[in-house]
Parts: sequence; structure tokens; C-alpha cells
Amino acid sequence: MSEERVQTNDESGLEGPAVIKNFMMNFGPQHPAAHGVMRLVLEMDGEVIERADPHVGLLHRATEKLIEYKTYLQAVPYFDRLDYVSPMCQEHAFALAVEKLLGIEAPPRAQFIRVLFAEITRILNHLLNITTFALDVGAVTPFLWGFEERERLMEFYERVSGARLHANYFRPGGVAWDMPAGLAEDILAFCDTFPQTIDDIEELLTENRIWKQRTVNIGTVNREAALDWGFSGPMLRASGVAWDLRRAQPYDAYDRVEFDVPVGKNGDCYDRYLVRIEEMRQSLRLMRQAIEAMPQGPVRFDDRKVSPPPRREMKRSMEALIHHFKLFTEGYHVPAGETYTVVEAPKGEFGVYLVSDGTNRPYRCKIHAPSYAFLQAMDFMSKGHMLADAVAIIGSLDIVFGEIDR
Amino acid sequence: MSEALSLLAEHVAASLGDAVLACDIRLDELSVRVEREAVPRALLFLRDDPKCGFEVLCDLCGVDYPDRERRFEVVYNLLSLKHNRRIRVKVETDEETPVPSATPIYSAAGWFEREAWDLYGIYFSDHPDLRRLLTDYGFEGHPMRKDFPLTGYVELRYDEEQKRVLYEPVKLTQEFRNFDFLSPWEGMDQLLPGDEKPATKEAADE
Repeated sequence: MSEERVQTNDESGLEGPAVIKNFMMNFGPQHPAAHGVMRLVLEMDGEVIERADPHVGLLHRATEKLIEYKTYLQAVPYFDRLDYVSPMCQEHAFALAVEKLLGIEAPPRAQFIRVLFAEITRILNHLLNITTFALDVGAVTPFLWGFEERERLMEFYERVSGARLHANYFRPGGVAWDMPAGLAEDILAFCDTFPQTIDDIEELLTENRIWKQRTVNIGTVNREAALDWGFSGPMLRASGVAWDLRRAQPYDAYDRVEFDVPVGKNGDCYDRYLVRIEEMRQSLRLMRQAIEAMPQGPVRFDDRKVSPPPRREMKRSMEALIHHFKLFTEGYHVPAGETYTVVEAPKGEFGVYLVSDGTNRPYRCKIHAPSYAFLQAMDFMSKGHMLADAVAIIGSLDIVFGEIDR
Repeated sequence: MSEALSLLAEHVAASLGDAVLACDIRLDELSVRVEREAVPRALLFLRDDPKCGFEVLCDLCGVDYPDRERRFEVVYNLLSLKHNRRIRVKVETDEETPVPSATPIYSAAGWFEREAWDLYGIYFSDHPDLRRLLTDYGFEGHPMRKDFPLTGYVELRYDEEQKRVLYEPVKLTQEFRNFDFLSPWEGMDQLLPGDEKPATKEAADE
């Protein structure tokens, strides 16, 4: 941090008003409150931010370019690595996009499994966001409690997919395999105990004087601005727009479950926090309903040209072996066409603009990351705020650089 | 759903007149191809017309089709909360011709256009701040173009002697392998060796 205060007097030597030049400050790229590798160039007038210019791309891995060189099935794991705190929701978007182009639909059981795990993912994401946000403005305890619960949720991930983070579980045409026995009961047990943790976190934060001083009326975004800057998800709902893609444009089994959409009033950092807290409670409701309503049956689309045959069949049937070999070398050919398919990821609208030219690889796969739009609005949101408020605003944006830089 | 979409397509085509080159509804998604110069007018109409009401610019991206006369396509994905509908606007351009910026209409377009400029080299006129966004400071080229190799041209290394990071031409111990998985039974359009004779004979008979 460097400070430059230039006092200039007139050349005549007379005492004039002291002119204080704005100074530039680098926030990051290795700042713990930047939530990743972001270089934020701040133009400061004393302690007040005049202009914020985020420099992103330090985590750019050319995901979209790589996907153009992979088959549709090989492209799925790249989606885990975008927003690495909500992996399955992103696979969900890609799986739905490919299904739309192929003209297929996942079987009912797979749809409910997807809803169940999309909601687990939402809690995973919100737990990370709320607790690190609190950590950034000085509350350490929620972070410790939240991460303990995250560990439980990641255990569910591990039991269903074999991996704690990069699950690669949602596939075009369903899910990779069925849930193991006993998992549903353990998730239900979690649903019973977890509300206590939310209450505990709320006990520490919601009415906390310091927390409110740091977040109320900070980074306020009204309805018009939120739409103009392309906001979505909790960021949009906190600004008073009742818009949830799960409700408005339901996908998979979301039209068969009940939930409420929390909406904020003021669009400040505090409202975003409240919206996320309530979303976690709603997610629990959805998880319970998904488990109760989940029918028995297959979990993958029943066509060997799209989903691989079961292992057991491959030991006996030559045809199954050929199908398996073809699917994992050549992959399937997707009919030419294009689609912009979206899901309500925990952070907001996660979209995949997928262009297929009829071969086994996507011609173009544009990934629309919700927090990309949020970070873009950083300049407008932080203007006129103090430096410390920038930290609170970044915390409330819920940004993850894996998906911004792609 | 598709009925409402075709009504909307008719409305847009009638109101914008010559600016609309084509309307297309596929997979329940409406996509409108518009004249390049008319982009601001078309977007403003789509945002402010009560029957359209596309208030949110969800996404803007470039697509590269090297075989076309104008190789790039700029794709705008718009969303209307009021009507719960989406529309896709497409514009064609090439390396030299600029596309009018959408930033005066949607503030969200700023970074998306910077990204399209960075990755594809699509130039947007009247953009307030058209800098590179995702690639490194001082990067050369536009990496998402189809003729840009996946491996790139340069690689980074930390030099112990100079105590800094260096760019060097990329060295691969093994050539990047790009398999052609198109099945000869489905994807072939040229003759297999040995098959020429019957074809020429048939042609001669005709």
C-alpha cells in the first residue's frame, strides 16, 4: 500500500488550497478477501473509492477452447472445475443442454436425484459464501461451524460419485449411477440436524450490531440497476425481483416440488445474506421432498447409443462391449443445432450456449457464469464507499474465480 | 410456447423491418438474425417495446465460422422477466468490420464485449473501455479463433537466473494428438481408394 499526497501551491508562492491527488491501490492478486486471484485496481480519494477496476483472467484455463476438442462426455468434468464450490449445478446445465440437442429426457428417478444433489450443492455454496463473507468482515466462528457441515455434505458427494469435489456425476441422459443404499436415510438425518446450524449462524450474525453496521446499506442495488447489469440469482432477488429459474422455467423435477422464493427489499449486502440464509432452509425442504417423491427405476436414458451399458452386461454381450467401446472413444454424435440452456445455480443463472455441428464434439460452448456479471458491476457498486466496504461487497457478490476466468 | 414465439417473431420482424434478416424457431428457442448496423436499434426496441420487454442481457459471445464469408457471429441472449421468454439475436461480422457496442443499452455488455474482443478479435465501436480481459498482459493473438492452436504459441517459465517469468515458444515432447473420430461409414464424402472405377463407369454410362 502506498500513499501519495501531493501538496501543490501556486507558482507565485501564495498559500493556495491544498490539492490532494487521487492515488491508486492494488487490492490483490493475493488478498485473502478477494476470494481467489483477482487484482482490483482501486482509485482512492483518501479512504473513499472513486473507481474500481477488477483485472480478472489470472485463473484463465481456456475451458471453452478445451471443450471444443473433447467429446460431449469428456466435457462434463470441466464443468466441475468452473465454480468449484457448486460443481453439480454446472454439470446440470451442460447435461440439460446436451439432452435438449439430442431430444432426450432423463428418467424420473434421475431427475429427482439431480434435484436432490443440486440442492445439496446450493447449501454447500451458500455455506461457503456466508461464512467466508462473515470471516472477511471479522466473524470467525460461523466459518468453523459452516465448514464442519460442508464436510458432511461433501461426504454425500463422495458416497454418490466417489469424489468430494469434482463429482462428474450428472451426465447427459441422467446420472452416472444410482445412489448407494442408505444414503437417502443419512441425507434425511442431515436435514433434521442442519436447521440447528443455520439457527446458530443466524444467532451470531443476523442481529449482530457489528455485522449490520458492516452490511446494511452497503453496495445497494435497485431493481433497474440489477437488471441492467444482468444480475441473477440471490443478487437479483435481494433487489426485490421475485425471479427464480426453478420456478419460472422449471427443469427436471422442479415442477413437482414445492418451495418458496425469498425476496429482499433493499438490495444491500445484508439482504443478500438474508436471502441466502432463507434459500438454505428452502433447499432442505426441497431435499426432503425429492427423497420422498423419488420413484424407483432406471437412472440413465435407456438408449445404448447415449448411455453406456451396465458392466454386468458387457461380460456376456458382444454388442454391449461394442457400445461401451464406441461411447468412450468416439462418443455420440449430437444433431446440429444450438441452444442456450440455463439452470438456477446457487450463484445465479448459469447458462451454456452450446452449438453443435453434428459431430461428436461441441462446435462452440459458451459458458455464462453468474458471478462474471456481478464482478463487472463492482465499479458501480463500490463507488463512493469506503475501502473496508469493498471487502463486504466482494463477500456479498459470491464470486468464484474458477467460473469468472473459465 | 412455440405459438407465442412465432407471434413474437412476427411482431419483431414487422416492427424492425429491413433490420431483421431472418427469424428462426428451433428447439423452442427463437433466434433473430439482424443487420450489423441496426444492432443498437434492434436491442433498444427489444428492451423497450412492451410486447418484447427483454430487460436483461444474459449473455453475449462470439462464435467463429472460418468457412463463411464473414467469419464471426456475435450472439446476444436476452431474457424478458415479464413474459418469461428468451430471444437470441445474431449478427455477422469479420475481422475488420466493427459491431456497434451494446453498452449504452445494457451495461452488462461491457465485459462480454471485452471478452469477445479478447478471445476472437471482434471489434466493437463506441465501447467505452475495449481492453483485453481474460488473457495475460501483453498477450498476442485471439485464442478462441478456430485457427489458433489448442496448445498456443508460447509457454511460461520462471527463470532462476533472471528472477522473473519468461515467455518462450511452446515445446512439446509429444505432438498434440487430435483424433478424427468421424466414422468412415457415416461421415465420408470422398471416395475410398479402389472405389473410383464403378463411379466413373456409371457416370460414363449416363
